[in-house]
Amino acid sequence: MNTRGWTPITKIENIALREGRAVKVGDTEIAIFRLDHRYLTIENKCPHKGGPLCDGIVSGTTVVCPLHGQRFDLETGMPVLASQPGCVAIFPTRVEEGVIFVDLGSASKGQEEVAA
Amino acid sequence: MKRQLVVVGNGMAGVACVEQILKQSHDFEITIFGDETHANYNRILLSLVLAGEKSPDDIVINDIEWYQTHDIRTRLGVKITGINREKRVVIDEHGGETEYDKLILATGSSAFIPPIPGVDKKNVHVFRTLDDTRALLEKARPGLKTAVIGGGLLGLEAARGLQVRGCEVTVVHLMETLMERQLDATGGEYLKRKIESLGIRVMLPQQTAALFGNGRVDGLRFASGEELEADLVVIAAGIRPNAELGRNAGLEVRRGIVVNDYMATSDPHIFAVGECTEHRGQTFGLVAPLFDQGRVLASAITGNGGPAFTGASPAAKLKIMGVDIFSAGSIDESEPGVETVRYEDPALGTYKKLLVKDNRLQGMILVGDIEDEHVYMEWMRSGTDLTPHRRQILFPPRDADPGREVADMPDSETVCGCNGVRKGDIIQAIHAHGITTLAGVKEGTRASTSCGSCTGLCEKLLRAVTPDFQEETRTTLCSCVPFSYEQLRDIIRGQKLKSVEEVLSVYGNRKGCEVCKPALSYLLDMVWCGDHDEDRSARFINDRVHANIQKDGTFSVVPRMRGGVTTPDELRRIADVADKYRVPMVKVTGSQRIDLLGIKKADLPKVWADLGMLSGQAYTKGVRMVKTCVGTEFCRFGVQDSTRAGIELERRLENLFTPHKFKMGVVGCPRNCAEATVKDLGMVGQEGSWQIVVGGAAGKSVRKADLLITVETTEQALEASDLFFQYYRENANYLERSYDFVERVGIEKIRKETVYAPEADKKKLLDRLARSKEMAKDAWLERETPAHPTQFVQIQPMEAQRS
Ligand code: SRM
Ligand SMILES: Cc1cc2nc3c(=O)[nH]c(=O)nc-3n(C[C@H](O)[C@H](O)[C@H](O)COP(=O)(O)OP(=O)(O)OC[C@H]3O[C@@H](n4cnc5c(N)ncnc54)[C@H](O)[C@@H]3O)c2cc1C
Ligand code: SF4
Ligand code: FES
Repeated sequence: MNTRGWTPITKIENIALREGRAVKVGDTEIAIFRLDHRYLTIENKCPHKGGPLCDGIVSGTTVVCPLHGQRFDLETGMPVLASQPGCVAIFPTRVEEGVIFVDLGSASKGQEEVAA
Repeated sequence: MKRQLVVVGNGMAGVACVEQILKQSHDFEITIFGDETHANYNRILLSLVLAGEKSPDDIVINDIEWYQTHDIRTRLGVKITGINREKRVVIDEHGGETEYDKLILATGSSAFIPPIPGVDKKNVHVFRTLDDTRALLEKARPGLKTAVIGGGLLGLEAARGLQVRGCEVTVVHLMETLMERQLDATGGEYLKRKIESLGIRVMLPQQTAALFGNGRVDGLRFASGEELEADLVVIAAGIRPNAELGRNAGLEVRRGIVVNDYMATSDPHIFAVGECTEHRGQTFGLVAPLFDQGRVLASAITGNGGPAFTGASPAAKLKIMGVDIFSAGSIDESEPGVETVRYEDPALGTYKKLLVKDNRLQGMILVGDIEDEHVYMEWMRSGTDLTPHRRQILFPPRDADPGREVADMPDSETVCGCNGVRKGDIIQAIHAHGITTLAGVKEGTRASTSCGSCTGLCEKLLRAVTPDFQEETRTTLCSCVPFSYEQLRDIIRGQKLKSVEEVLSVYGNRKGCEVCKPALSYLLDMVWCGDHDEDRSARFINDRVHANIQKDGTFSVVPRMRGGVTTPDELRRIADVADKYRVPMVKVTGSQRIDLLGIKKADLPKVWADLGMLSGQAYTKGVRMVKTCVGTEFCRFGVQDSTRAGIELERRLENLFTPHKFKMGVVGCPRNCAEATVKDLGMVGQEGSWQIVVGGAAGKSVRKADLLITVETTEQALEASDLFFQYYRENANYLERSYDFVERVGIEKIRKETVYAPEADKKKLLDRLARSKEMAKDAWLERETPAHPTQFVQIQPMEAQRS
């Protein structure tokens, strides 16, 4: 995976409220979501059949995959239903002077880690 | 001469008792005094008026006409201030005297206001009458900091009502748990979680020491020293019987006016009924026993003799949609010999506790799942020996056949506890008046008109007894916004809500999900004819980018090809686009048009621009297409110009959203080459006329469309189509295809309310359609003015941009 650390990605206004946007950095495609005043980043690939999670409907802090409706918690990357195996990587995300930074080096998968 | 009967109090118990008296005797000349200025209304439903689910007009029980029909003299807005028992007169506030032979005191109770400094400040309210409710509604507005003192039934209902109006509500309760009189600590904890999940704050245990503020209230100070800001305060700390009139007249009064088992006071000419009474040391706060009292009093006062009033066991239900709470009987588990049987599931929010003594049910607490309430109540009422039920006591089997359970009920079993209506009464009314709807049962028997908790049972009875029961569908949309479509339409309209966010934050859980968000988007679009605040985040990806997502994350593009008719020039442009964007597949669809599959999101705007065609809406719940045949233009059998009519039909309705996709077909003769009779709407050409057919299907299920009407001209055919189209838009549930809708509502009703409706009603439907049409635009125009700067753009990371 990517060895870089905090990477400036894009201006906050490029992410629509309660929606996600995909960004390809190197060979990782991430999906950044904007929830009111928070930005959360996950890997843009549904473990089910690779659906683009950036295009899913956001419900609270979960996103619903647009292809077959599996749900993932944006804070932990965990599936909401235990019956749906597979989780997505999450990336620490922060905002500085209107720019979203993602720590591409610290992807974590399936841990109770909350993006800063 | 008739005997004079005077009733003081025009509330629920008093008037219900008068109704009973009228059934038994006409010997009385009746006068009713009421210090409220309203006709008799259903106080219970004030909670729903506050929450916007009912209007004040909906809750009238007996309108003024009723009083006139029964020759009842009504003195509304007049308070009785004294009784002269020697002269047998009541004295009103203006000094007027009214003679009586018999007097009924039905003065109810008043909100109890605890002696806290500051309760007299402005914006401190109680919640008891219609006027109180109106006053609260005038104050309530989004964001208003509101405190409700009291976490019982009334306090919680007031809190929800105000919160639904947008207020920021905190419930402050003196005790450790909510509704402690009806629930135990665990039940209270479950309830608290539910209430909090609705967005209401709960503070427990918290004793209010004072209300502060300069004239107007600014907040609460607690005994703990903490403070809570509040610009509106509702006190719901309990009730106190209105017994002064009795006390001043020298009747025996303790907490309430003391009555015997026949509702007589210590003066044989004076009776009392309702919340103002005290019977065997018990006072009352719920209507069911009061209606029993009324029946007993009526028999006693008319001299018919009859049953005695022996008290009542409490049963209470919270009227907050989505928060199911029921409690009945004795819930004291410390009583010797009482065993408890419990079940809880924190994930589901379900908690059940049954109290059993000597193998008989004597109390229950149900939270989150109250489906079995009636089985339990019957066990309790009849003292059923639970031995054979013991293994399934927490989940009594539910009959697969819905008629069975009610069939097994004895005729004497009470269905509506509030109004004391028994199963036998309802069956008799159904047969006597040919009732087929719930509304009919309500009108005929009063069942299900008070708290509404027996509605399900009444429906089951109807279903079992009448072959042509007409269901009123009331499915709730989703647990995020637990209201039915009908209610949501009314709420959106009534509260003038314009965005999904508003609906969710006021009436829902603030989050929403992939089920309710698109449905609410549709409802808003429909109610406001497109003039609402469109929220893209509430829509499925297809509707954010106006194309159908494919399994690899690319999209398909289906341009509109009205009536399935195209031109060489269009075909050339389609071919050029296919080449230029290396479209993996070009396909003729099953709906007479062409699909370009496998297009990248970022290319969509360019593809649309190059095509220069309208969106075919193939990705959305909206108007898909009109399939046509060649009709008179070329076909030797054609008798109507189906191609032209189809193109015109498509032009009229295109770009509009519908509850589910809407497909049409127009054919030139009954050979039906474009399959119009299996479309949501079809026009079938005949010699000299058109048949308009609706609700057809040939997808998951196959259904032949029903005939809506036969008309002579194409213009009439198009108008009939418009009428059905708009009617479906307004009345179908979201995701209900026309074939289910027509089946559910019935073609007769649809005809009556569309093509055979009064001209004025038709005009209204057509006007709303026209307004929607005016607001509707081709979605693909967003290629020039995107809804968001990166709607279609593939974002590049900043570093890559720099290098
Ligand atoms: C493209 C097309 C197949 C084709 O290559 O011909 C098609 C493709 C899809 N159909 Fe269809 N239907 C297509 C004509 C039909 C027809 C034929 C017709 O329209 O006369 C039917 C039967 C008529 C009907 O609608 O009932 C049809 C009945 C369905 C159904 C079953 C609907 C039902 O309630 O019975 C679904 C599933 C649904 O809507 O729930 C469906 C759903 C779909 C979806 C949208 C599935 C999905 O959600 O992804 C497919 C999208 C493919 C894509 O990615 O673009 N499609 N589908 C046709 C597009 C027509 C157009 O030009 O707009
Ligand atoms: C918001 C709310 C929700 C409720 N929900 C439920 C529920 O879900 N289930 C349930 O069972 N119960 C419920 N109740 C309680 C129920 O409404 C009462 O039990 C019932 O109304 C009592 O009837 P009543 O006739 O004794 O008193 P009331 O209905 O209060 O009628 C008494 C009338 O007498 C008038 N009056 C008093 N003194 C005088 C006088 N001196 N001269 C002239 N008129 C006078 C009063 O103004 C009043 O109009 C609810 C109550 C409220 C306020
Ligand atoms: S439906 Fe009738 S007019 Fe149309 S093509 Fe078939 S035969 Fe010809
Ligand atoms: S690809 Fe995400 S649910 Fe199937």
